[in-house]
Amino acid sequence: MSAWFARAAATLRRILGAPDYAAYLAHHQACHPERAPLGEREFIAERLAARYERPGSRCC
Amino acid sequence: MTRWLQALVWALVSLVGAGAFGVLALRRGETISAAWLLTAAVCTYAVGYRFYSKILATKVFALDWERATTAELRADGRDFVPTNKWIVFGHHFAAIAGPGPLVGPTLAAQFGYLPGALWIIVGVVLGGAVQDMVILCSSVRRDGKSLGQMVKDEIGPVAGFTALVAVLGIMIILISVLALIVVKALAESPWGVVTVGLTIPIAMLMGIYLKYLRPGRVLEVSAIGIFLLVVALYAGQWVAQHPTWATTFTLSGTTIAFALMAYSFAAAVMPVWLLLAPRDYLSAFVKIGVVVALGAGILLVLPPIQMPAVTRFIDGTGPVFAGKVFPFVFITIACGAISGFHALIASGTTPKLLSNETDARMVGYGAMLTESMVATMALIAACVLTPGIYFAINSPAGIIGTTAEGAAQVIAGWGFTLSPGELTALAAQVEETSLLSRTGGAPSLAVGMAKIFADVLGGDGAMALWYHFAVMFEALFILTTLDAGTRVGRFMLQDLGKHLWAPFGRVSWYPAVLLASALFVSAWGYFLYQGVTDPLGGINSLWPLFGIANQLLATVALCLGTTVIIKMGKARYAWMTLLPMCWLVVVTMTAGWMKLFSPDPRIGFLAHADAVQAALAAGTLPPGVKDAAGAARLLFNDRLDAAVAGIFLLAVLIILIDSAREWFHVLGGRKPMQTTEFPAIPRGTVTAEMRVELNAPPF
Repeated sequence: MSAWFARAAATLRRILGAPDYAAYLAHHQACHPERAPLGEREFIAERLAARYERPGSRCC
Repeated sequence: MTRWLQALVWALVSLVGAGAFGVLALRRGETISAAWLLTAAVCTYAVGYRFYSKILATKVFALDWERATTAELRADGRDFVPTNKWIVFGHHFAAIAGPGPLVGPTLAAQFGYLPGALWIIVGVVLGGAVQDMVILCSSVRRDGKSLGQMVKDEIGPVAGFTALVAVLGIMIILISVLALIVVKALAESPWGVVTVGLTIPIAMLMGIYLKYLRPGRVLEVSAIGIFLLVVALYAGQWVAQHPTWATTFTLSGTTIAFALMAYSFAAAVMPVWLLLAPRDYLSAFVKIGVVVALGAGILLVLPPIQMPAVTRFIDGTGPVFAGKVFPFVFITIACGAISGFHALIASGTTPKLLSNETDARMVGYGAMLTESMVATMALIAACVLTPGIYFAINSPAGIIGTTAEGAAQVIAGWGFTLSPGELTALAAQVEETSLLSRTGGAPSLAVGMAKIFADVLGGDGAMALWYHFAVMFEALFILTTLDAGTRVGRFMLQDLGKHLWAPFGRVSWYPAVLLASALFVSAWGYFLYQGVTDPLGGINSLWPLFGIANQLLATVALCLGTTVIIKMGKARYAWMTLLPMCWLVVVTMTAGWMKLFSPDPRIGFLAHADAVQAALAAGTLPPGVKDAAGAARLLFNDRLDAAVAGIFLLAVLIILIDSAREWFHVLGGRKPMQTTEFPAIPRGTVTAEMRVELNAPPF
């Protein structure tokens, strides 16, 4: 039940386009283990800043 | 055997759809059930998806299940993340669905339900969904490049620069017309003002919660936000019923206009975590929730459509906006049939998420069909009002006067019945002081939605709550476009301006940030103010400009799509993008020409300017204008609007000519038939070393 709930929550968060720190960490560990990853707050700040700079995120 | 069965099922779907269209077009009774419209729409979408999008997927792009997408090639855990197709679909739909598909069909209902319904349903299958899918496919094979970048690479720098300037112009007009709709919905409505105003501190509370208390708990904070929205709804009712507070929050249109400008300026310069991001989460939930609820409501109630199939106003004398059904229905309804803005999204976040090329069909074509469904539902919600009520709410005071009795008389002259008591009773039911001339589309859509919702839940006693819930939903929707759009506009302005003065482009240097934001807000704020003070209601001049602008962007996208298809060596399929492109060129050129040069002062900007000037010369004032200064402003605004329409038309021509030149060069063999597609690499063979080699940012 809780696993199902967690999956549903993760799906919703990704549909919203909320910063996904866990996915970033997983990617980072798999591909760049030699480098230190960004902290969660830094990562969120960086993602939000990127999201609201381009016209590709908004429509009429 | 299964083949035969399938063929039989699809033949049946086609027949049912065609039958529903037949009933819609030929009905004789007073009203018709919304079920017919829904059936016609769903069957057409199904057939279009099954057969038409398949040609694009298999013949034109030959989408390859085995080919690595840009998300895989560049996977960086940030922008480029291979994602499940249903999630991409949801994300893409939430990004493309804005207030456009709700407002356009509501306004176009003045022609009757049939012209709008036909354009929404046929336009999306042959135009809008094709555009979205083609741009998505093009971008996903080009590193997730943006529309502007692809236009520059594939067509040329002139078209690329024109597209860039056009996007900026479209943003300005888009934001001003959407803001105008909010102003029209909230003016003189204390309940609306308080409820919508409270969404701002709610979003900020959510932002602080997410930043300092529980970082990353997006769903938790959204649940809190939605609860607070309900509180805000009741708070608005309490204020509206309070004898003194109600007058404090009864604001005029101009006051609300300036408040919106101040709000958007603040949103553009403040950190995004405080306002924009939490507001976006809230809005996405409300958006998806209301769309699903509206669909369910319409299905449960299957309301009768009160509007005739075609009204007399197809002759161009309509009170909601002026102009004949051709070309004006095609620019009034942009989103829902074809929306150029989607090309920015289909070449923005979405292509960087596709884990498999073949998903582009469901995400690109499918999400646009879903948006078209939303537009169809909005059309139904607008048409469940009787024509009398619809025209009383949507006609400007300059045409129907300022009393219910006078309005009833004018509307009776058009052949629709409306008793003055009916209108005042409806206003009392939704707890508004008046519903007369509440133009812009939002109030009449809110009344229609409230009728459908109240039919399912709460009955007539719940009409006021549902009405203000619908207004809040529309305003929330629009404000999210307003604030995020202003921020994007600020960045675009800084990006363009840095060529003139380098420090202006520094995105974290406060003087430049404040200056660019102020410039952008004043640009759309000017058009908004012009609309609010326009004696003809503002929608009449601004909404067609927005429609022309949006269709212009669609023309750009389809020019790009045609170029891409030709350069892939698939010129024999270029008709798929050329067909909607030619139609849009005809529509925008005719509409733009009429907005410029029509001798009817209600349609032509220049003719209206002449009429104002003639009135001034004769020593009188045009109707609705108080003094000579006001008339002079009106004169200037007419010429400004004419110039804007002229610039948009010129931009269409430049891009069209530049594209056609490129097509003839390629087809005539004077230029190599070369695409800028990324090389095909089999899925699952991309290694970290390859990514470094492909020049991916090494995060």
